Amino acid sequence: MSYFSDIYKGIKTLLTGMSVTGKYFVTSRKGAITQQYPDNRDTLQMFERFRGEVIMPHTDDNEHRCTGCQKCEIACPNGTIEIIWDRGIDEATGKKKKKIDQFVYHLSMCTMCGLCIDVCPHDAIKWGQNFENSVYDRSTLTRVLNKPGSTLMQGVED
Amino acid sequence: MPLRITENIHNWLFSVMPEGVASLVEMTLIAVVYLTIFAVAGLFLVLLERRVAAWFQLRIGPNRVGPQGLLQTMADAIKLLTKELTGTEKADKFLYNLAPYFVIISALMALAVIPFSAEFHAFDINIGIFFLIAISSIGVIGILLGGWSSNNKYALIGAMRSGVQTISYELSVGLSLLTMVVITGSLQLSEIIEVQKSGWLILQGHIPAAIAFMVFMISGTAETNRAPFDMVEAESELGAGFHTEYSGMKFAYFFLAEFINMFIISAIAATVFFGGWLSPFGITESIPELGVFWFLLKTMALVFLMMWFRWTFPRLRVDQLLTLEWKYLLPINLVNLVLMALLVWLNLTLRL
Ligand code: SF4
Ligand code: SF4
Repeated sequence: MSYFSDIYKGIKTLLTGMSVTGKYFVTSRKGAITQQYPDNRDTLQMFERFRGEVIMPHTDDNEHRCTGCQKCEIACPNGTIEIIWDRGIDEATGKKKKKIDQFVYHLSMCTMCGLCIDVCPHDAIKWGQNFENSVYDRSTLTRVLNKPGSTLMQGVED
Repeated sequence: MPLRITENIHNWLFSVMPEGVASLVEMTLIAVVYLTIFAVAGLFLVLLERRVAAWFQLRIGPNRVGPQGLLQTMADAIKLLTKELTGTEKADKFLYNLAPYFVIISALMALAVIPFSAEFHAFDINIGIFFLIAISSIGVIGILLGGWSSNNKYALIGAMRSGVQTISYELSVGLSLLTMVVITGSLQLSEIIEVQKSGWLILQGHIPAAIAFMVFMISGTAETNRAPFDMVEAESELGAGFHTEYSGMKFAYFFLAEFINMFIISAIAATVFFGGWLSPFGITESIPELGVFWFLLKTMALVFLMMWFRWTFPRLRVDQLLTLEWKYLLPINLVNLVLMALLVWLNLTLRL
């Protein structure tokens, strides 16, 4: 008897599948995920979880949150991040303290794995949405993420 | 109108040259017309498939070349024409080159017996359905030849699978059409349409006809080697299957033939089950020119159904494919045939 119930089940599941795709077909004009890229360059918004490149956000006062702890440099499987650090005098306490001089990021070696961002204890780096990374000279893919003259934001280390 | 144009050409041809030559010229002209239909329909169907596939997958599809991408396949065909024709070493060159023509000529011959409208019907033989079934199995020889002669294991496996598949599903296609022939009492396609003036066959034969239609669509999809029955060219396992080694225009022949076969299967279904070029309830009976329109409308609806299958269902395994045919479709079909015979015998068919 399972012969007939098999046929019934088969047809039913096939029709269920077809109704799902049929719904997509009818509504596809509105929900199309294809981007007409060079045409809509001005309005194109990448989605939130997009991994374009690693960036270091700065505030308006040119302050960043990176303490130079080098955890990201250790975490990176490709040696993409190189932190050139220095020791400076902390004005508040007068003690010697580590700070970053240059946060060097080789975009050409990055696999967008996200380990550096996960490991950073101060949320100093995050994902950027830029995806137009083609250049004529690969040396331009090596970037210094902290802006010149930037300082550590107060209270990050507390 | 179409009748008078062809009649005029016919008379003119026979008036300017001797009879034998004139009929030869006429045949050539008809062949050229059908070749044009073949190419245009093939290219149009490829484009349609790509757009429909895109919509099923929430994409947009080709929309750059020409308005709404209408010239995209044209551009693709020109690209394929300019490509180098490569081949494998130790391939059987003669059979290798012959194979695409087998496929394309069988598709073309099947196209000839399809009634586009009352007048637009090149070859109305009295064994129309039989001829269609017979011709559609010749195409598989081309596939087998192509797979075997290209000296490539993937092509060979693909071709063998195609042989298995076509031999099995041929039976279901034939039997489901036979079920409908029980009502019509004729194999001639124009006669079959004549019978449907008192209700489309799918209504006349109600339950068994609906079952026969389902079986025909399933086995027809399998006959054309389209997904979910596309083990023949299963991309993930076999490269491109039997046409792995073909390039350029020879590849395009296989590709076009596949789409024309889909059109032919849909056209047969439209003719046998949905009244061919007859308008629904005879609403445009006074304008016979609309016959082509209704025929194409019905065929395109069925073509769409086949595309819907393709972009919904996952590919079957070979053993599942054979189980489906030999354990399900064939017994159902045989019982259905007896049921239909009983129906006709007891006069239980519905007639308007
Ligand atoms: S995303 Fe991965 S590869 Fe790129 S810099 Fe961070 S850790 Fe290195
Ligand atoms: S980015 Fe984060 S993990 Fe890397 S050095 Fe700066 S604070 Fe440490």
